[in-house]
Amino acid sequence: MVLLTLMAAVTIGIVRARNLFAVVVLSGIYSFLMASVMIVLDAVDVAMTEASVGAGMSMVLMLGVLYLTKVEEAVPSHTPWLPLFVAVGTAAVLLYGTVGLPPFGAAENIVHAHVAPRYLEQSIAETTVPNVVTSVLASYRGFDTLGETVVIFTAGFAVLLLLRGRRRSRPSDDA
Amino acid sequence: MKFDLILRIASKLLLPFILLFALYVQFHGDYGPGGGFQAGVIGAAMVILYAIIFGLEAAKRAVPPIVVETMIALGALLFAGVGVTSMLLGGEFLNYSVLAHEPAHGQHLGILLVELGVLITVAGTMVTFFYTFAGRGR
Amino acid sequence: MEFVEQIVSHYNQWITIFLMVAGLYIVVARGNMVKKLVGLSLFQTSVYLLYLSPGKILGGTAPILEEGFEVYSNPLPHVLMLTAIVVGLATLAVGLALVVRINEAYGTIEEDEIFADGEDGK
Repeated sequence: MVLLTLMAAVTIGIVRARNLFAVVVLSGIYSFLMASVMIVLDAVDVAMTEASVGAGMSMVLMLGVLYLTKVEEAVPSHTPWLPLFVAVGTAAVLLYGTVGLPPFGAAENIVHAHVAPRYLEQSIAETTVPNVVTSVLASYRGFDTLGETVVIFTAGFAVLLLLRGRRRSRPSDDA
Repeated sequence: MKFDLILRIASKLLLPFILLFALYVQFHGDYGPGGGFQAGVIGAAMVILYAIIFGLEAAKRAVPPIVVETMIALGALLFAGVGVTSMLLGGEFLNYSVLAHEPAHGQHLGILLVELGVLITVAGTMVTFFYTFAGRGR
Repeated sequence: MEFVEQIVSHYNQWITIFLMVAGLYIVVARGNMVKKLVGLSLFQTSVYLLYLSPGKILGGTAPILEEGFEVYSNPLPHVLMLTAIVVGLATLAVGLALVVRINEAYGTIEEDEIFADGEDGK
């Protein structure tokens, strides 16, 4: 709960900060906090991924982009009232929605009733793999993971296509 | 490019251990937390560390871009190939039970191969991202 | 007393909503493209939290089967979010690549300046 509150504080920092370098560093902090929260929620695999991907790779990429572009963010020209109104409205609707949700962490919640017990009971017998996350990821939901690998493959080649060609500089700022 | 001596030596010492940890995460993923995605990112982090300390050109000499780009396709191909193989052996697509004599062992083998495919694709993609973004700067 | 229980049992969801809305606000209100992408990833991270919080069982342990443990958290959200994180990074990278190209074409990554550039009849 303390971690979650810290995360909210970091988020406010991200919203307010105008220096993009600070924003990127704050989002790295945010990712590490998120990874800690995931460990508390027993999602060790996900926490590992978030720490390496969210805090590591995406920070490297964003810093690379900041090196190529500008670091300061311009002062916005319009007032933020309309987006603020949209955001607060959405939040209100969602908050109203949480009232009917089941309590946190109870074992009899409906999400635990269907597929998960079968995975937990059968994983050893069917795949000899004790880490259920791995067996579900690779075996029971192999299609998901295949599709997801193809998404990464596509993204890799999209970035290559966008960025690898020879750099054409603007005629105005030839130096 | 002249960098701190300590930084160079320390990172040089660290590099093999990072790779070792990536492989540990990969092959111990059946028994503890870990798997292809994490291992791929950690392995890519090793190449990125090398590129940051010793310069992009040195990294590109050690791990040529063409190899990395082949890895992206190879991983996805390995994953789909496991699926097709299991089809040819008489099961459904991605049903690993037919890969070995006992269904459970087939499943285990299939999971290992599939995770290997994920590892190759993820590592290749991450290194490619870094190479292209970093190579754009000059 | 009931109010305190309400807070404890829904705190995760409220934080999730706050993060989601903050991401939405950044995406809508800010013109800087890198900032917009950070906002998008904030939104995305809130979805991880949204999925993972119901999967937790109090007193349970991580879903790695071992002798001596009976209660495990739900592994299904973990699997879904594991793939979502990596896909999130992939889409973020494509977005950043687009930002770099836009910066090369227009010399800026501010939305307003790009629109102004377009109205000049370039």
